[in-house]
Amino acid sequence: MTAILTPVRGTQAIFRVNPVAKLGAALILGIALLLSLDWVSALVALSCEVVLFAWAGVGARRLALRALPIVIAAAFAGVTIALYGQASGAIRFEFLFARISDGSLALAGATVLRILAIGLPALVLFLTVDPTDLADGLGQVLHLPARFVLGALAALRLAGLFLDDWRSLELARRARGAADRGRLRRFAGQAFALLVLSIRRGSKLATAMEARGFGASTRRTWARPSRFGWPELLLLAIGLAVAAAAIMAAILAGTWKFLGGQ
Amino acid sequence: MLLLGASGAGKSTLVQALAGVLGGEDEGDQLGELLVDGVRPERARGRVGLVLQDPDSQVILARVGDDVAFGCENLGIARDEIWRRVRESLDAVGLDLPLDHPTARLSGGQKQRLALAGVLAMRPGLLLLDEPTANLDPQGVLEVRDAVARVLDDRDSTFIVIEHRISTWIDLVDRVVVLEPGGGVLADGSPDEVLAREGRSLAESGVWVPRFPPRAPVRQVTPGPTLLRTEQLGVARAGGVSLQSGVSLQVAAGTALAITGPNGSGKSTLGLTLGGLLAPASGRVDAAGLAGGLGTDPLRWKSRELVTRIGSVFQDPEHQFLAGTVREELAVGPRVLRRPEAETADRVDDLAERLRLTGLLAANPFTLSGGEKRRLSVATALITRPPLLLLDEPTFGQDSRTWSELVALFTELLVEGTALVAITHDTQFVAAIADAELSLEPAAVSG
Repeated sequence: MTAILTPVRGTQAIFRVNPVAKLGAALILGIALLLSLDWVSALVALSCEVVLFAWAGVGARRLALRALPIVIAAAFAGVTIALYGQASGAIRFEFLFARISDGSLALAGATVLRILAIGLPALVLFLTVDPTDLADGLGQVLHLPARFVLGALAALRLAGLFLDDWRSLELARRARGAADRGRLRRFAGQAFALLVLSIRRGSKLATAMEARGFGASTRRTWARPSRFGWPELLLLAIGLAVAAAAIMAAILAGTWKFLGGQ
Repeated sequence: MLLLGASGAGKSTLVQALAGVLGGEDEGDQLGELLVDGVRPERARGRVGLVLQDPDSQVILARVGDDVAFGCENLGIARDEIWRRVRESLDAVGLDLPLDHPTARLSGGQKQRLALAGVLAMRPGLLLLDEPTANLDPQGVLEVRDAVARVLDDRDSTFIVIEHRISTWIDLVDRVVVLEPGGGVLADGSPDEVLAREGRSLAESGVWVPRFPPRAPVRQVTPGPTLLRTEQLGVARAGGVSLQSGVSLQVAAGTALAITGPNGSGKSTLGLTLGGLLAPASGRVDAAGLAGGLGTDPLRWKSRELVTRIGSVFQDPEHQFLAGTVREELAVGPRVLRRPEAETADRVDDLAERLRLTGLLAANPFTLSGGEKRRLSVATALITRPPLLLLDEPTFGQDSRTWSELVALFTELLVEGTALVAITHDTQFVAAIADAELSLEPAAVSG
């Protein structure tokens, strides 16, 4: 079967940090950078992050590969805003509805930087997160309901099986003579079949979990301790420091615009 | 204790009721009372351990150790005690793996032993196994059986197994109970006693009784022209992992070729490649004998051109179902070919009659029993009369009645001149129908 839930393991310190702290750090950066829409804060944050990636436990090649979708999305957003964003200042180019101006170019640059500054650290932190550890953290540190957390974790494992199912369904349709129909109709039919299969699989898994006492009224214990100590606080502090530096720099440079205000 | 009974007698339902996972009043009616240790089974969680049939939907977590610990966690057992039990249970089932070994990389037999370990760690007084080996290859069946035998030697827990292949478990049980469809107990006693008295009727209802093996018809083999052949064919899994290379084979009309080999040797992938569904990794498939005016590579045929030439029956019938009723399902092929409705209806009725599906024509394919699903998936391939039929594990998990029906049907088809390629672990099936056997070596492990 295709496995998408293989344990994530590594030797660097970052692998041992509680995933809840990684979630927290990514959240702090994200919120801080969403408060303003200027380019200085985004650039400062992104520069700090690029330096910190050296300790991220993810090789440059792998990072580049995984970051590709984010980079493409950022570039796409940038081009769109440059062409159609609110025009101000000198107009550089005009064609139909597209109008490239100094103002829209600045906004585009700031947006690209912002998407990268929020997306890349989130990506890096989550590449080193083992889903099982995250579930342990959510259950033990944040005390989210175990039923919900473990149910989601178990469901995630099934997603790997769905990939295999999807491939089989595709081949089976060709074998049955039904693969010459319109692509869209075939896709819809196949998606429905996958839904049926996944519900059946899900209910079998639920029975297996219930048979092992899941969802009983007994108070659950956790086999794996989920600790929240100095390394976790340090990671949160780093996140806060980068966010603070970015905001300070923007205020000092006079580019800070709270929530995009004038 | 071995629990037997014809399909539909309620064996699985009884076992699930014992395990307390049958659901509430809104999901069905319960008459009478069922008590485990003097209380209702829902309150006795942990006293009863249940292992089900499908290995894939019983693995809960990503790492071997965590998966075994899952049940103990739910029972609220202290952390040190949990890990002690995890090691002890893995030992008991003979799974000698690191605790952080990914569960996704286990074989079917290993997954079933993992499920057993997870149940044992809860220290149940009652161990329930519902056809635990039906989805396993012969090697996996032995692994699971031996693990259970070891466990029963060490503990004194009650053990109930449902299984229609009696020979796997008969030496481990000291009581056999036969349920009667519609309710009631047909027989209850020692294995010798019950088999002596009910052996013949059990065999007729589909149970594999060693003394009453299903009969297989004998046929005269008259090979026709070659329909399909391969030259130095190589097959690879999605993602490019090579499984086999240099496979050269020929299939002639009216003959049956069995493809055998251990799990992971690429049998199914080879089948899909022969069927024009997957591209070969190297070499080529030459179906000149089937082409009838088209190119010789079946991969290039259109889907509707394929169904009149090669019929593929997948291992899991559910992957192949497209329609809401059995009748619609059978009509898919003829509709694609734009056959007249009246002719289609006749053909559907005819085939349904032949495969004992007539009473089920209005039913939803997903609600059928395992044997009915298998017969339907074979029928959907036969309806367009392809001269070559590719079958992936056609007899897997089937009771002896369905088994002999399938063998009889395939024999008829062979006599009529259809060619068969069957991927199978079933040595009895190979003996009954195959004229040639291609035994694949395990795939070379490359990284």
